[in-house]
Amino acid sequence: MKELELYLHIPFCRKKCRYCDFVSFAGCEEMTDAYVDAVCREIQTAAGYYHDRKVVSVYIGGGTPSILNCGQIERLMECLMSSFRVTGFRAKRRGLYLQKKSLPEVEISIECNPESITPEKLKLYRRLGINRLSIGLQSTDDNDLKMLGRVHDFHTFAAAFEAARTAGFSNINIDLMQAIPGQTLSAWKKVLFLAGTFHPEHISAYSLMIEEGTVFEQLYQEGRLDLPDEDTEREIYYYTRDFLEKAGYRRYEISNYSLPGYECRHNSGYWTRTDYLGLGLHASSMIDNVRWKNTDDLPKYIAGADIEEREVLSREEQMEEFMFLGLRLTDGVSRKRFFELFKQDLDHTFEGVIPKLRSEGLILSEGDQIRLTDRGLDVSNAVLAEFLLTS
Amino acid sequence: MNQDYIRNFCIIAHIDHGKSTLADRIIENTGALTAREMQAQVLDNMDLERERGITIKAQTVRIVYNAKDGHEYIFNLIDTPGHVDFNYEVSRSLAACDGAVLVVDAAQGIEAQTLANVYMAIDNDLEVIPVINKIDLPSAEPDRVIEEIEDVIGLEAQDAPLISAKNGINIDAVLEAIVEKIPAPDGDPDAPLKALIFDSVYDSYKGVIVFIRVRDGKLKAGSQVYMMATKASYNVVEVGYFGAGKFIPCEELQAGMVGYFTASIKNVRDTMVGDTVTEKDRPCEEPLPGYKKVQSMVYCGMYPADGAHYEDLRDALEKLKLNDASLNYEPETSVALGFGFRCGFLGLLHLEIIEERLEREYDLDLVTTAPSVIYKIHKTDGTVLDLTNPTNMPDPSEIEFMEEPVVAAEIMVTSEFIGPIMELCQERRGIYKEIEYIEATRAILRYDLPLNEIIYDFFDALKSRSKGYASLDYELKGYEPSNLVKLDILINREEVDALSFIVHADTAYERGRKMCEKLKEEIPRHLFEIPIQAAIGSKIIARETVKAMRKDVLAKCYGGDITRKKKLLEKQKEGKKRMRQIGNVEIPQKAFMSVLKLDDK
Repeated sequence: MKELELYLHIPFCRKKCRYCDFVSFAGCEEMTDAYVDAVCREIQTAAGYYHDRKVVSVYIGGGTPSILNCGQIERLMECLMSSFRVTGFRAKRRGLYLQKKSLPEVEISIECNPESITPEKLKLYRRLGINRLSIGLQSTDDNDLKMLGRVHDFHTFAAAFEAARTAGFSNINIDLMQAIPGQTLSAWKKVLFLAGTFHPEHISAYSLMIEEGTVFEQLYQEGRLDLPDEDTEREIYYYTRDFLEKAGYRRYEISNYSLPGYECRHNSGYWTRTDYLGLGLHASSMIDNVRWKNTDDLPKYIAGADIEEREVLSREEQMEEFMFLGLRLTDGVSRKRFFELFKQDLDHTFEGVIPKLRSEGLILSEGDQIRLTDRGLDVSNAVLAEFLLTS
Repeated sequence: MNQDYIRNFCIIAHIDHGKSTLADRIIENTGALTAREMQAQVLDNMDLERERGITIKAQTVRIVYNAKDGHEYIFNLIDTPGHVDFNYEVSRSLAACDGAVLVVDAAQGIEAQTLANVYMAIDNDLEVIPVINKIDLPSAEPDRVIEEIEDVIGLEAQDAPLISAKNGINIDAVLEAIVEKIPAPDGDPDAPLKALIFDSVYDSYKGVIVFIRVRDGKLKAGSQVYMMATKASYNVVEVGYFGAGKFIPCEELQAGMVGYFTASIKNVRDTMVGDTVTEKDRPCEEPLPGYKKVQSMVYCGMYPADGAHYEDLRDALEKLKLNDASLNYEPETSVALGFGFRCGFLGLLHLEIIEERLEREYDLDLVTTAPSVIYKIHKTDGTVLDLTNPTNMPDPSEIEFMEEPVVAAEIMVTSEFIGPIMELCQERRGIYKEIEYIEATRAILRYDLPLNEIIYDFFDALKSRSKGYASLDYELKGYEPSNLVKLDILINREEVDALSFIVHADTAYERGRKMCEKLKEEIPRHLFEIPIQAAIGSKIIARETVKAMRKDVLAKCYGGDITRKKKLLEKQKEGKKRMRQIGNVEIPQKAFMSVLKLDDK
């Protein structure tokens, strides 16, 4: 049975963060109900095509999914669970029940922001089968949080995290943002230390990127953003890796760290090219090597608009994706797997590239595996661009 | 046609002083052309010329004017190129005229370029009629300008027509002045043919169309003609005169007339500007004076950005050469840039024009190397080598001494900028000759300047240091011994031949340092450190380092939006394609040109 990952996009936030270019809207509460209805419709339509797939992960992202009220999230989840074959769960006439009490087969994550987490919601999430939380903390310093345009403070986060543990969540991610304006290495050390005291199972630590159309971009253009220089950014990055490794976390992807066995399965699926179906505004999908994206126009989506971009991946495109996605993982890519998928030799396909990158100290080639060196991770764009076949 | 009713003249003006606009008005007012037929500016019919507001190839037009005296006059308005690179062409166009209309901007007054052309016109015995243009500008000072013309040029200007070409004010006065003041041509229609070639264009059907001014004799289809300098002879197929934008055939051209002939001529090099056309069987005794063989003054390498377009570049140069006798080229090879051509030009503007035409009209992406002048290398074995490509410079041990071309330059500048401009000339190894105040606030600075100091960024520097007020004119003075060295640029310890150039020993250090700095800006960071060095022989005189890239990573891979990530990688790869691979360093095409603009004041 073919596997499928599901992604659900909730494009609402209490307030737009100053660095964020995701499709999300602040102050549109009155549209949430209509939006949930529209997503439910999309779920039912899509299930008509893909209900026989084995769903291996569900990820509710945003925006801020925790902004949905109990009724809304319940409606969404019930619609989803009753429409798709989510292994480990079975739909009953009313409500959902876990078949196995032990570690669930399917990872079901929801992104939350500290200010909108409540004990009631957490309890409901548990009941609905959600077994992983991803909490956006970004920084433990209230001044940083203000500067980033976050709504919460550190104290709110701490309370939310405790509530999540109390509710029984045993797989929690904390999102952190590094190399933000004004940040020094010593300031970051403090952030990382404090975040570590919560013992999350997973930490994502992303370096800030200045994205088009954001407040930060405008400040940056005006020269009013005091970004750490490249050397500091790298020091912060290396420090994060070393600190977290000592604390038992493994860096399994460029910016992702987890305790053993707690790697985010959903995201790993993107990098290993598992099929996924994106539901909701501007959600992306890839199924049977066709990629498409929903509209990013909210009223249009609610009215039932069709998808916008559709692209059928050629064989070459599939092969280059295999490389540039797979190499983001620290385990790298497997020659054997490449051959199984494409029936041709990896080294031959990217002729000359691997020896060249090896000689430049950017990749390691060990038997079946090819992976980036630490230096290769630092400059991964330059390395990954070498694997493009079609341009 | 009675010679008494012919007027052959040109318009002399500084760029922007309204030459083309006045030409348009004259053509409109003579009624030879309806307003509908007029292109915005009839004379300049190349796109590039219109954009830059300058005339590159002379265009000529014959028009009919009904004067107030009741007679019908034939006006031949001969256009002249307007840049110092084309001085010789200007002088030949002037030689085809009997008079000149001098257009002076009522606000700006006389400029160096204008002055040079006026003197040239006077040297050619032309009657010069001053006209004050743009009198409707709020800043117009016609009285001051009239006084300036009288003081500076020594021309009677009290009754100069005050006009606005743009708004059609007082154009009649100009037309009447042409009739009254410009002398009718003289010349003996029965004498042996003697005609001056002042321009030519290549037409794919008719071959070369030769523009001539007939001094003596007659020319008609079927005549056997002979070019006295190039010694080519041809059978004339067609003669005619110039309609606005078209060629109109006629029976014959006779003494005093301006027109063209065709003779299935395949090569513009047989019809050099300045040559004298005569009859093969009944030649005139001696040619008209003033013929010079045009010589390229500036050379540079031109390479296709994509090596696969070498053939296209060759074809395009071949086509341009058909129409441009002063363009020379021959194939050359560069280690850095591959196959290309070493091209010779009249000057830097000519170079830029050809470059732009190749890019625009032939859709070619070019990489151009630093322009070079022709150096004379006196070798120890007694031979003299003309060096146009720095890469070919012999080993210093074989060189007795070197000479470089020097020009006599005239810079006209308002008094407040005399200091900065003198400083500039000094920096460029200029030798001060004299300063002449043409009025209280304006002066002409005369310097002898090495040509190689002018061809890089001298114009730009002149303009920026005088807020655009200085203008330059120069002519080749000759060759002078000079202490020159070849400066090489090494990128990641490999010599890049396309960046080598010859420079005076005293400025080598400074130029080497600036080039390294500039290249450091232009070369993107690589995964490894790149030293950029300037060297004379084996001695490194300057060094900069492009630091290795520390980081180039997309921290976050957005949800499932893989397309976005791929686009980023594609952009990265695309960027590389526009670069030149030197060793394992990728150099953007524009880096080769950027090192020419080093003046940062």
